[in-house]
Amino acid sequence: MANELIRLENLVMEFGGNRVLDSINLSIKDKTFMTLLGPSGCGKTTTLRIIGGFQVPTSGQIFFDGVSINEVPAYKRQINTVFQNYALFPHLDVYDNIAFGLRISGLSEKEIDSRVGHMLESVSLKGFENRKVPSLSGGQQQRVAIARALVNHPKVLLLDEPLGALDLRLRQDMQNELKRIQQEVGITFVYVTHDQEEALAMSDTIVVMDSGKIQQIGTPEGIYNEPANAFVADFIGESNILDGIMPADYRVRFFGQEFKCVDHGFEPNELVDVVIRPEDIDIVAPEQGNLCGTVTSLTFKGVHYDTIVDFKGFKWLIQTTEFHPVGSYIGIQLDPDNIHVMKKSEYSGLYGDYSSYSEEYEELDEMPEEE
Amino acid sequence: MKKTSRVITVIVFIFLYVPIFILALASFNTGADMAVFKGFTFNRYAELFKDAALLELLRNSAIIAVLSTIVATILGTCAAMGITKLGKKMRSAIMTVTNIPMTNPDIVTGVSLALMFAFAGTMLRLNSILGIWTLLIAHVTFNLPYVILNVLPRLHQMDPNLTDAALDLGCTPVQAFFKVTIHEIMPGIIAGALMSFTMSLDDFVISYFVTGAGFVTLPVEIYNYTKKPIHPKVFALFTLMFIIILILMIVMNIIQSKTDRSKGKRFSKAGGVL
Repeated sequence: MANELIRLENLVMEFGGNRVLDSINLSIKDKTFMTLLGPSGCGKTTTLRIIGGFQVPTSGQIFFDGVSINEVPAYKRQINTVFQNYALFPHLDVYDNIAFGLRISGLSEKEIDSRVGHMLESVSLKGFENRKVPSLSGGQQQRVAIARALVNHPKVLLLDEPLGALDLRLRQDMQNELKRIQQEVGITFVYVTHDQEEALAMSDTIVVMDSGKIQQIGTPEGIYNEPANAFVADFIGESNILDGIMPADYRVRFFGQEFKCVDHGFEPNELVDVVIRPEDIDIVAPEQGNLCGTVTSLTFKGVHYDTIVDFKGFKWLIQTTEFHPVGSYIGIQLDPDNIHVMKKSEYSGLYGDYSSYSEEYEELDEMPEEE
Repeated sequence: MKKTSRVITVIVFIFLYVPIFILALASFNTGADMAVFKGFTFNRYAELFKDAALLELLRNSAIIAVLSTIVATILGTCAAMGITKLGKKMRSAIMTVTNIPMTNPDIVTGVSLALMFAFAGTMLRLNSILGIWTLLIAHVTFNLPYVILNVLPRLHQMDPNLTDAALDLGCTPVQAFFKVTIHEIMPGIIAGALMSFTMSLDDFVISYFVTGAGFVTLPVEIYNYTKKPIHPKVFALFTLMFIIILILMIVMNIIQSKTDRSKGKRFSKAGGVL
């Protein structure tokens, strides 16, 4: 595995007595794609700005290659940034924007020309050299911003919600493009987003943040399949979260029934949160089911139906390709693999109940980020 | 309703420009009497450019206007940069203080400056320190708020990430200002400078109190002229000044509307992809 490039130690950030970051400890490995994921105001952008050198932490240390860089100003760090809304210089054309950093570092025009040319090629903007920035589309501006940062051969590229202003199709194209660029140049990317799909699609490592704290660090699969607490389970994908109890290893009780599961290492009879992903639930005939309930709502989503089923007053979301009309009585079957048990946390009971489910639910995730 | 407002607009413009038109007309009059237009001539202008005393006054005014504009523009831009970095409370407090020279009656500003210079003169054991330097200080004082008020909104409109981007790409904070920030706020700087220049060029009240016998500007001296009959060549001078100021104002408006248009374009573009 690659070496550690950046380490954050006990990072605390306060704005006017308001604690925005609460002892962040994070190790970022060289040449990896790491994503800071979380809702607005979780501290992810602040973390990024501290790494970039635009903000000084209230306390804590930032190490770069083993050396503390707390006192190193932004312009001396081997780190470049792709800003939210790109922050291209409007008075310069595409070429001069990309050449900006190279000119500051005093390279010869010949060297600059070859590096800018190469960069324009790798972001497919050849022929746009003399275009004015305001005349470019959002996607093109995005690529200029990436080129302007990468042309300086940084060791780390920071990206602050770079795809936020693009439409859906373009966003998906750019996700692939970014991943390709990261692998091509072989440097560390630290990416900030509130979009879980983006994070899952691109990252080697995802850091889930909320309220200034790291909730979980892991691979996309790890975070999706083994969320650490109710917040992570709810933020990454959809989850039904219920109260349970672990009578013994590999056994969990909820809804008055005991199920087999794959989790262990809890105290006997410890109270736990149980996560069941809506797409992992098999709908069967009532007599074959572990649990039975009535369909109360149905929404067609293209690939599947969002089916809300009432089990003893607790509503679950089930995603299924099968059609079960409202009012039908169905059973469900749960395999041990599909039950995930989590320790109780401050988030227990806050998430994972679909009793107030509505179609606007998903749009809540799309709230624009403010500083 | 529309018709009335149009009529009122015309009347306002007549009130505004008829006096200037009469002045211009008088500058081309062959007769000495303002009331009767006897014939057309450029002689007043020829006489004007032969009058060394008048030209020296004009030169003095121009020197003060240019110097005070340069100093006020530099200081004002620095001040605006500092003010944007302040907290909200501090900012509004500073802005109130900054605006005082603008809202304060000129006569109060003039007399208080004169008193201060007199006091400073006594401290330095000089007879009188009034002259070009006191005049310059006074003009910078009343020009500063115009520069600050023009530059501040530009700084607020500017994407704060632009400065960060410059730092990110290796600029020191000073380089970031000269390579990025200044381009973004240039229209404000130019507008502030032009305003300063015109304010300085025609200031009479404050200048009257802080200038010494050695260095007199045009408006101050012209005040002395008005005690006796004015020679028509002065009308020619005024007409020229009016035209120069008019050109400056038109230039300023063109610059402003041009940058506003390109700004608008950028925003609508950004809006399009949202």
